Amino acid sequence: MRTPLFLLIWLGIAALAYAIAVALGNDYIFFAGYVVLQYVVLATAWNILGGYCGYVNFGSAAFFALGAYSTVAFYKYITENEFYRLPMPVLMLIGGAISGFVGFGMGYLTLRLRGAFFAIATLALAVVLQTLVVNWDYVGGSRGAYIVRPEEIAPIGSYIRYLFLVMLVLAVAAITIARLIEHSRLGYGFATIRDDELAAEACGVPTLKLKLIATTISGALMGMAGAPFPYYIGYLQPASTFGLDYAVNSIAMPLIGGTTSWIGPLIGAVLLGSLQQIATVTISSAVNLLIVGCLLVGFVIVAPNGVVGLVHTYLQRKPEDFVGRRRVGTDSPEAVP
Amino acid sequence: MTDATNGPSGAPILEVENLSKRFGGFVALENISLAVAAGERLGLIGPNGSGKSTLVNCICGTLRNEQGAVRFDGRRLDGLDAHQRTHLGLARSFQLPRPFVTLTLADNVRIPLLYTVASRGIHLSSRSIEERCRFLLREVGLDAKARHLPRDLTQVEMRKLELARAMAAEPKLLMADEAMAGLTHSEVEDILALLVRLNEQGVTIILIEHIMSAVMSFSRRLVVLVSGRKIADGDPNDVVHDPEVERAYLGQ
Repeated sequence: MRTPLFLLIWLGIAALAYAIAVALGNDYIFFAGYVVLQYVVLATAWNILGGYCGYVNFGSAAFFALGAYSTVAFYKYITENEFYRLPMPVLMLIGGAISGFVGFGMGYLTLRLRGAFFAIATLALAVVLQTLVVNWDYVGGSRGAYIVRPEEIAPIGSYIRYLFLVMLVLAVAAITIARLIEHSRLGYGFATIRDDELAAEACGVPTLKLKLIATTISGALMGMAGAPFPYYIGYLQPASTFGLDYAVNSIAMPLIGGTTSWIGPLIGAVLLGSLQQIATVTISSAVNLLIVGCLLVGFVIVAPNGVVGLVHTYLQRKPEDFVGRRRVGTDSPEAVP
Repeated sequence: MTDATNGPSGAPILEVENLSKRFGGFVALENISLAVAAGERLGLIGPNGSGKSTLVNCICGTLRNEQGAVRFDGRRLDGLDAHQRTHLGLARSFQLPRPFVTLTLADNVRIPLLYTVASRGIHLSSRSIEERCRFLLREVGLDAKARHLPRDLTQVEMRKLELARAMAAEPKLLMADEAMAGLTHSEVEDILALLVRLNEQGVTIILIEHIMSAVMSFSRRLVVLVSGRKIADGDPNDVVHDPEVERAYLGQ
């Protein structure tokens, strides 16, 4: 499928989702939906580095928070200086640019680190950034910052609908970017980095450059997901913005969905995100991480390649050919004596 | 020790000059000089730990040599990354096959086409890439398994994939690092025939091998490394009867 067609289809699905949410007439749908969509973006962004390249990033929360705090900083500046109010998409681009830049920096500093060492370095980055924000009085420091959300925005109506819509568009953009990468030369290059960097270099793949591209794209998308967050939450505080939830969820969602394709993080985020929203209403929001933990343990045992892997194995059992990149030919192992 | 000589087809394609490599206090390579002529079939032998793979790694850029210079096709390679050297036309196969395990065989050989061949300004359409992948896999007899993952392959097929992937980069020089270790006699013949065919297409080949019969039948020139030093270089039949080589490596 060509990318424009893919984009059109998903914009159609997004429009349908929005129409259904409007038809239900309850703003809670938008509040819950926003969080799920935010996780779709975070999981997809994480997967570009973690799934495609095999570099596990534990610092998702830091990139997310960077986006959020860039919005806070601009909000403060604007309200203090009576400056023209920047529209949300512009704030998201700014947040994305800042996070992308930090992603590039992180990639540059950790170029030679692999596996657990890379993961620890990203965790350290999150701690360093959190310490900086806590000590930065302008954005509220450890007290946190209040953002007054406008009540209405023309022509959409309530502001939460607008935020939902913005996040919906970002989610569609994120999965389109992920899919575009997956089917391109870049995606093949990323896969070789995941499999064997030495062999990749020997095949002519510029692994260091590709890693930098991955950390930059991944960081930028996470920052964009974080930029509208202060307007959503109203009160932004370092401890929760840099919280474990974001780091753990953005790893767990692709792992549960499947890391090798764009659809894995989407499935994982929708599944886990919805489940958490339901649990928040019916049981308690404190149970969220427990759900993630239990599901993760379950998936590691039952389906190490996630939902996508499960479906793939199921399809492979069938003797007839099916459409897909790793199709089984007529000479499948079962058929060979 | 004979001096580096130019082969039949003239100018050397690869020149190694006084190359030294240390790992801490251990001297892995000491003042290695070597010139390989374009189109040559060179055998490189030596006991385990004599520095053969280290030499390959230094030439390919996987390791950095502290001293000396490597020139390829008239260009100095020192300071270039491994992938840049591959773009220039140096290819290698690994001692232990290192396939991309999550990619199909066709995608494995696609990588050098996408990155190395494209880097030379040759832009292949996706269809011609597809055809080229098929062709390369057919060359090594793996076309039936094009859509399989490397885990479905046997040891000899794994090595053939390794060679197909090296061939995909359309190299001027191929270094085959123990491409035949652990294979049966007929499998060795298979791989040898493949290397000879490549050489006839104009690819210079350095064969690093322990199987003497294979080295002797393939090489037109033989270089012997012992403890990081080059102790012999010349016609294979002269070299194996060299007293120093016999003492250090073959006879005892």
